[in-house]
This record gives sequence, structure tokens and C-alpha cells, in this order.
Amino acid sequence: MKRAAHIMVDSLFLVLALLTIGASILALESRELVYGAVSLAVSLLGIAGLFILLEATFVAMLQVIVFVGAISVLIIFVVMLVRREKWVALPAGGEVFGGLLIAILLVAVVGYLAVNSGISSTLPPSYAPPSYTQIGIQILTDYWFALEILGLVLAAAVIGALTMAKIEGNEP
Amino acid sequence: METLFSYFFVSLVLLAIGVYGLVSKRNALRLLFAVEIIINAATLNFVAFSRYLPSPSVTGQTFVVFAIALAAAEAAAGLAIIVVAFRLNRDIDVKELKRLRG
Repeated sequence: MKRAAHIMVDSLFLVLALLTIGASILALESRELVYGAVSLAVSLLGIAGLFILLEATFVAMLQVIVFVGAISVLIIFVVMLVRREKWVALPAGGEVFGGLLIAILLVAVVGYLAVNSGISSTLPPSYAPPSYTQIGIQILTDYWFALEILGLVLAAAVIGALTMAKIEGNEP
Repeated sequence: METLFSYFFVSLVLLAIGVYGLVSKRNALRLLFAVEIIINAATLNFVAFSRYLPSPSVTGQTFVVFAIALAAAEAAAGLAIIVVAFRLNRDIDVKELKRLRG
């Protein structure tokens, strides 16, 4: 029984990881920008699923509400606003090659360091996962100042965005 | 299979995809997608390491709550900049937006 549950969690992890990575690649490489935006939303949902596998349900709910519910919808609206008949031509060779080289080098070097650092030998988690009550207590005690600053940053970002996007005068 | 290293590897691959997008794309919206992917790689790493710590802790999840709120602010400001750039130039190719360069 326990072994069956273990196999199920493993296959679920594999499916979610492949979904997240594939959707991320598609978000950057799809020809239509709208498909890219939808694919980014799928990738963010996959991350939320990984959070649930890690038993961080509160963070997973926050991810779904903020990222999938708000940011993705905002991005899709802007894609619709900014849409044109002819999109930017794909860059020829050089930049794609450089990006691929940097990405492969990053995975190779950091992956090599991580394999040799011994984090693969960490024990599996055995304790009961901490509840979201503790997150709330920690936010309001240890990190109350960060919370205040975060409120200021959010207000400044929203006011700045509104000021920038406002249409001056009687421009159409 | 489902170990700390596998989560770390997924996060590393997502970071590499994001860096690839930042280097090779010229459309400003794609750059924003790449930044979102990198932010998610970082938050996944925070939650995974917080879960596999030897002693129970929620500090990683607390940081992720802050990071998600910051990502929302970043998306709002970035999308506003893109809309303004499109209105001024009728284009969001970052190679064409050279007027900002000093």
C-alpha cells in the first residue's frame, strides 16, 4: 500500500516536472505570442502542483491566485493590446546559439557542483509538514518590517503603472 | 526519484530556460515571460529546501510569499512599461527601443 502511494507520487512528480519544463520552453518558443502567454500560465500551474507535492499548500494556493489568476490574465490582456499583424522577425542564429550555450553551460557547471556537494544524499522528509498558521505568525513577528516595505513597494508599483499607462490629453 | 536533488534539478533547468530566453529573445513580452520563469525557479528552490531541512521550518515558504508579491509588482510595472513603449514606437522589439540609451 505504502509502496503504491510512493510510486504514484513519483510518477506525479515526473509528469508535473515535464509539464512545467515543456510549457516553459513553449512559452518562449511558440510562434504566436498568445499561445506563449497561455503556455506560461500552464507552467505556473505546474509549479503550483510541485508546491502541493512538497506539502506547501498555502504557497500553492497563493501561486494559483496571484500568478495564474492575476499575472497571467494581465499578461494576456497586454498581449491583446500590443498585438500586431506582423511580429518581430526571429533573430538569425547568433543570439539563439549564444543563449543555448549559456543555458547548457549553466546546467552543466551548477549541476556538476550540486552532484558533488552531497545534497543528493539528504534524508527524505520525515516530520509532519508545518502548517500555514506558522507562516502567518512568522510574517507578523519576525518579518513584520519586510511586510510593511512590501506594502509600500506594491503601492508604488501600482501607482507607477497607472501613471505610466495613463493617456495624456485627448490622444485617441 | 522524488528527492531534494530532483527538485533542485527541475529548478536549475527552469533557470537555464529563463536565461536562454533573456539572452536570445528580442520581443519585450518574451523577456517578461523569461523573468517570470526565473522567479518561479527561485521560489521552487526555496520551498524544496525548506521542506527537506533537517529541522521543520516555514522560513522558506514565508520568503516565497514575499517573492510572489514582489513578482506581482514587477509584472504590473513591466507590463505598463511595455504598453507605453508600444504606444510611443508601435513596436516592442527591444533592439528598436534605442532611444532610452544615453
